[in-house]
Amino acid sequence: MNKKPELLVTAASLEEAAALLDAGADALLIGDDRFGMRLAGHFSLEDTATVVAMAHARGCKIYVGLGGLMPNRLLAELPAYVKAIAELGVDGIEFGDPAVLMTVKKEAPGLNLHWNAEMTSTNYATANYWGSKGASRVVLARELNMDEMTEMVPLLEVEAQVQVHGMTNIYHSKRKLVESYMSHQGRPSDGGSLGKDRGLFLIESERQNEKFPIYEDENGTHIMSSNDICILEDLHVLMGAGVDSLKIEGLLKPIAYNVAVVKAYRHAIDLYVANPAAYAFREDWMNPVKHLQDPERELSFGFFYKEQVF
Amino acid sequence: METMAKPQHKGKRYRLDKPELLAPAGNLEKLKFAVHYGADAVYIGGQKYGLRSGADNFSFEEMREGVEFAKKYGAKVFVAANIYAHNEDIAGIEEYLRNLYEVGISAIIVADPAIVDTARRLVPGLEVHLSTQQSTLNWQAVSFWKEEGLPRVVLGRETSLEEIAEIKNHVDIEIETFIHGAMCSSYSGRCVLSNHFTDRDSNRGGCCQSCRWKYDLFQDDRPEGTWVSEEEAGNQVSPELLQPGVTQLPLHQSEDNPFSMGSKDLCMLESIPDLIEAGIDSFKIEGRMKSIHYVATVVNAYRKAIDAYMADPEHYVLNPEWLEELNKAANRPLNTGFFYDTPDHEDHIYEPEEKAAPYDFAGLVIEYDAETGTAMIQQRNHFKPGQEVEFFGPDNTFFKQTVGELWDTDGNSLDAARHPLQAVRMKVDQPVAYFDMMRKKKIIK
Repeated sequence: MNKKPELLVTAASLEEAAALLDAGADALLIGDDRFGMRLAGHFSLEDTATVVAMAHARGCKIYVGLGGLMPNRLLAELPAYVKAIAELGVDGIEFGDPAVLMTVKKEAPGLNLHWNAEMTSTNYATANYWGSKGASRVVLARELNMDEMTEMVPLLEVEAQVQVHGMTNIYHSKRKLVESYMSHQGRPSDGGSLGKDRGLFLIESERQNEKFPIYEDENGTHIMSSNDICILEDLHVLMGAGVDSLKIEGLLKPIAYNVAVVKAYRHAIDLYVANPAAYAFREDWMNPVKHLQDPERELSFGFFYKEQVF
Repeated sequence: METMAKPQHKGKRYRLDKPELLAPAGNLEKLKFAVHYGADAVYIGGQKYGLRSGADNFSFEEMREGVEFAKKYGAKVFVAANIYAHNEDIAGIEEYLRNLYEVGISAIIVADPAIVDTARRLVPGLEVHLSTQQSTLNWQAVSFWKEEGLPRVVLGRETSLEEIAEIKNHVDIEIETFIHGAMCSSYSGRCVLSNHFTDRDSNRGGCCQSCRWKYDLFQDDRPEGTWVSEEEAGNQVSPELLQPGVTQLPLHQSEDNPFSMGSKDLCMLESIPDLIEAGIDSFKIEGRMKSIHYVATVVNAYRKAIDAYMADPEHYVLNPEWLEELNKAANRPLNTGFFYDTPDHEDHIYEPEEKAAPYDFAGLVIEYDAETGTAMIQQRNHFKPGQEVEFFGPDNTFFKQTVGELWDTDGNSLDAARHPLQAVRMKVDQPVAYFDMMRKKKIIK
């Protein structure tokens, strides 16, 4: 019997959570906007309790994103929140800031710690370092290539999580860059949303076909990739290497789209685990995803097969 | 608006711990200038693990020479080893760190905990400073790194003076912050624009400064639910929905500057008392890629301001000459970053960036003869009789004069100093000293 990797998806709301669990997700990533980073949506403690019950009833897991870069003022609110979600029975949290690690070890020592420093989780030694501090999982940077990921897995003393689908963050500033630009233009945003719901994007003059979503929230300004990672075609390579968790990023996507993506990956994982030798990817598994894919966003291999220089 | 850090005691309180002035040194020559002009410590890059793959960077031999030179001034040399390592980088770390320690490096500036951990285990005598690339913003994270054995944390550029003072109150550790120079507008390390635009890895030194490129801002104007597959786009959905201008609203008008993330440069010269009173232990100047003239000028200005404050905090006033000096080396407009408030539209550069620093380094004083009132100048840029030049140096040299007659080392008269590094003698209006610099205003064509 092969190890069955977890299929993890972000959920923006209780409605989406239910739909994604129905579609076959093994775990959901949720969170509170105060402490999370680029969450698909905000879950109050009450919603968190509901989603934990919903997931546990099906044998599924709930992880909470605490990936924010914390200023001093948030440290006071953090312990109570960590305690509260631990009492609700969440299955783990994601962190980047050591302050979160220290708080969890003190307030809720049983809680699984997943180290996610986004673009800076780039090698096995650092992952194992955080493992020695109590982390049970590393979320690998999306800028790594397939060889770096697969060669890393046997060297890891913690679980490995890899993003297999969706957009990625490519730039994060504490500055309010859209608001600043509008003020500079003399047309301030006058209270209008500059958030995820607004549909703002940037185009660089030499890349007219690439649209980079941009939004502001309390963590500052976020610029997102112009394409969506999709590694379904080579999912067996990651599963064969022993990656423990396969993540679908559902940020800025409609529920129907995320449901279609979950179903496609669910199908592939189940077939692979049942019989790896007979497993063969079929192009038509992609059809429901392609059908709902934003035509202005390419489905791409991201950095899985790209050489980067420096 | 966030308020400035208030001193803890009633009445005016003056901290008398002198902060370290930490300067960049892109190569051995720049190191010597930085130290001579008053840096207490310099940071350099080695051949590996640094974030400036475009800088000259030091061999171990050059590091040894730099350390020897700095030692004469009581100054220290730090090495930036601040990449986020990839698997292939791990194997060489131990040998590299041993070599750094062996050549006399005082501290390494590190972002990746794998390198932190290796250094602590392997070369405990080598101090480890946590790089700003870790974006450390709060006291609890700082105390984590203290427990890991680090004597110093370089905070993220996003911390305010008030937050820095809070951190100092909570944790007994050295705090270093950038006080001058160019800034990532993103959280350091949290930007992979270069990777996406040019396949160059910013976190291993390949940054191509895409944040300073120009962009157009739009709003998606497609009604929700109109996303369709490519084949459907061809036949079923009305094609005008996919036309630019219908599906996207430009949020810029033709006369507007384009969108940019580019930040103005940091300059805290006018806030030296606030920085010292907040308890910052090390004042860091950015710019390993900058010129000798830049490094010497900037170090000189901050050295004078810090020394003046420490000598008599109560009567300290900013000398406007120091600020004028800085502007002679600046190539971007300046601001105060996050120290007092979150940067807004005044703090970014939307206009075309064309400006070069207004002055050139023209010559280096290598000898002064008090009897004849002449100096031997090593040529660093073209100069000739009749031109106005300015002498400045770390001690008291600071005057303007017109270049008079020039002679070569054999006493032959010259119509201009044309040859790079040529030794040229000239009369000087006031005494000068070895290592003083002569600059001339650029002729703007």
